[in-house]
Amino acid sequence: MIFNIEYETMPREALESIQLKRLQAVLSHVYATVPFYKKKLDDAGILPGDIKTLKDMERLPFTTKQDLRDNYPFGMFAVPMANVVRIHASSGTTGQPTVVGYTARDIDTWSELMARALSAAGASRGDIIHNAYGYGLFTGGLGVHYGAEKLGASVIPVSGGNTKRQAIIMRDFKPTILTATPSYTLHLAEAAEEMGISFKDLHFKAGIFGAEPWSEDMREEIERKLNMDAIDIYGLSEVMGPGVSIECLEAKKGLHIFEDHFIPEIINPNTGEALPYGETGELVFTTITKEAFPIIRYRTRDITTLNPDPCICGRTHVRMNKVSGRTDDMLIIRGVNVFPSQIESVLMQVEGVEPHYQLVVDRKDNLDTLTVRVEIDEKLFSDEVKQLQQLENKISKDIKETLGVSAKVKLAEPKSIARSEGKAARVIDNRKI
Amino acid sequence: MQAEQISIFIENKAGRLSDVTGILAKAGVNIRALAVADTSDFGVLRLIVDDNAKAEEALKNSGFTVRKTRVVAVKVDDNPGGLYRILDILKNAGINVEYMYAFIQQSGDKAIMIFRFDQTEEAIKVLLDNSVTVVNGSSLSTL
Repeated sequence: MIFNIEYETMPREALESIQLKRLQAVLSHVYATVPFYKKKLDDAGILPGDIKTLKDMERLPFTTKQDLRDNYPFGMFAVPMANVVRIHASSGTTGQPTVVGYTARDIDTWSELMARALSAAGASRGDIIHNAYGYGLFTGGLGVHYGAEKLGASVIPVSGGNTKRQAIIMRDFKPTILTATPSYTLHLAEAAEEMGISFKDLHFKAGIFGAEPWSEDMREEIERKLNMDAIDIYGLSEVMGPGVSIECLEAKKGLHIFEDHFIPEIINPNTGEALPYGETGELVFTTITKEAFPIIRYRTRDITTLNPDPCICGRTHVRMNKVSGRTDDMLIIRGVNVFPSQIESVLMQVEGVEPHYQLVVDRKDNLDTLTVRVEIDEKLFSDEVKQLQQLENKISKDIKETLGVSAKVKLAEPKSIARSEGKAARVIDNRKI
Repeated sequence: MQAEQISIFIENKAGRLSDVTGILAKAGVNIRALAVADTSDFGVLRLIVDDNAKAEEALKNSGFTVRKTRVVAVKVDDNPGGLYRILDILKNAGINVEYMYAFIQQSGDKAIMIFRFDQTEEAIKVLLDNSVTVVNGSSLSTL
């Protein structure tokens, strides 16, 4: 079902005319209110009024994650704090996450887009939504929650973790829509099976899976094992949160980007040159309706392709293919974004630890596991096993506290981590996604 | 009165013990006593050898993390209650044994145990006060 027929099926010409008007308005707004954007545009010799067509936006400078860090925490906000009703943040290096804010209208917009997304996956008033995305600074839980309420569905704010309780709730409350990360879903299904609760006997129609990349193979596995439609959702807090784009139940082929609120582009990640539809490159977003945290040409580092072909569902909004990779070394582990540099900064704060480490990512029983191998040297080496184990536990605890991700720490012999051209191979990702 | 032990960090994977002993064999170092403490993913190999300097150099050159640790070699009566007597003395003195292992060779009718204490000096003193023989580190290699 289409939640907002007018906007979601708007002819391209009308849609693009709205996009241009909104883009011009947001440029004037950030130029006047955010010193960062004023300086960027001034340096590039561009005034907001110079943008006369959508094509002109290719002249605008990019915004990167580093820019957000440099303006930590509220430097990129375009409204006074008195108008900000919500703050979210993503994990970052020690003490420096990426912080985003929302006005009351932004929350309304987000709720509507999440309601559209739930609707595209087949949800409607009367459905019971089991929302296993984490609630908190992470946008997943609350984003889905507000959209579900906007839609008029009944939402179970179960959040992440406590798998056994989740299985019992699924059996007793009979939810019809599941929202979770795909890896957690498969883990949940196995745990439920062990308790004698089979997904085939549950009442799920569809699952909306996001916050981490997943493959067509995984879709096939989830649909077969869990007896539900598996729908991909995409979003990131810098742009809004979940609900930036969604697959439709009808086609399940590419995620419709809500283009009346976001303008997507694909660029060559090396040159910054904008690429035409169909080419593979880095996804870039400009928000055109957000008030508190508008963002101009934000480089997501996600690699994908845009597909403008008409869709059988009737939506006219362009589709992005499933994200196929990253242009940086970011890992997504159980839905948590992890940069090797963040682990490194944790390690460097442990007395005596050398920066020789390696991250090994695996998927065991459908859950991501992170192992951090740390080379030991004479300063750290104790003859007593318990002290070495305490060291492992300390590093593991520091990683958990700083990044919010569980990691097993394994001490390794010196020079045992393979180095190519003098640089250590930092990441081994054994997951088959 | 202390003795010196060489401790080596080894990952828990096939062939590492063989690598260490191979390096020592090549360097002409004789192993007099040995113990391994292990966890699921790593181990600490503890060795008493006849030439510490040579052993340390050879192992470090092969990339191992090596550390010298102070231990105490104690003569223990080789009959029932022999070890108990020593441990009882230590218990009464409030000294904790971090770990211990047996020396391969006997010295006359006595066994030799290697101890690692939390308080090495106090341990030696209390053992000597109780007429226990502590073997000098340098004489260990000539036993």
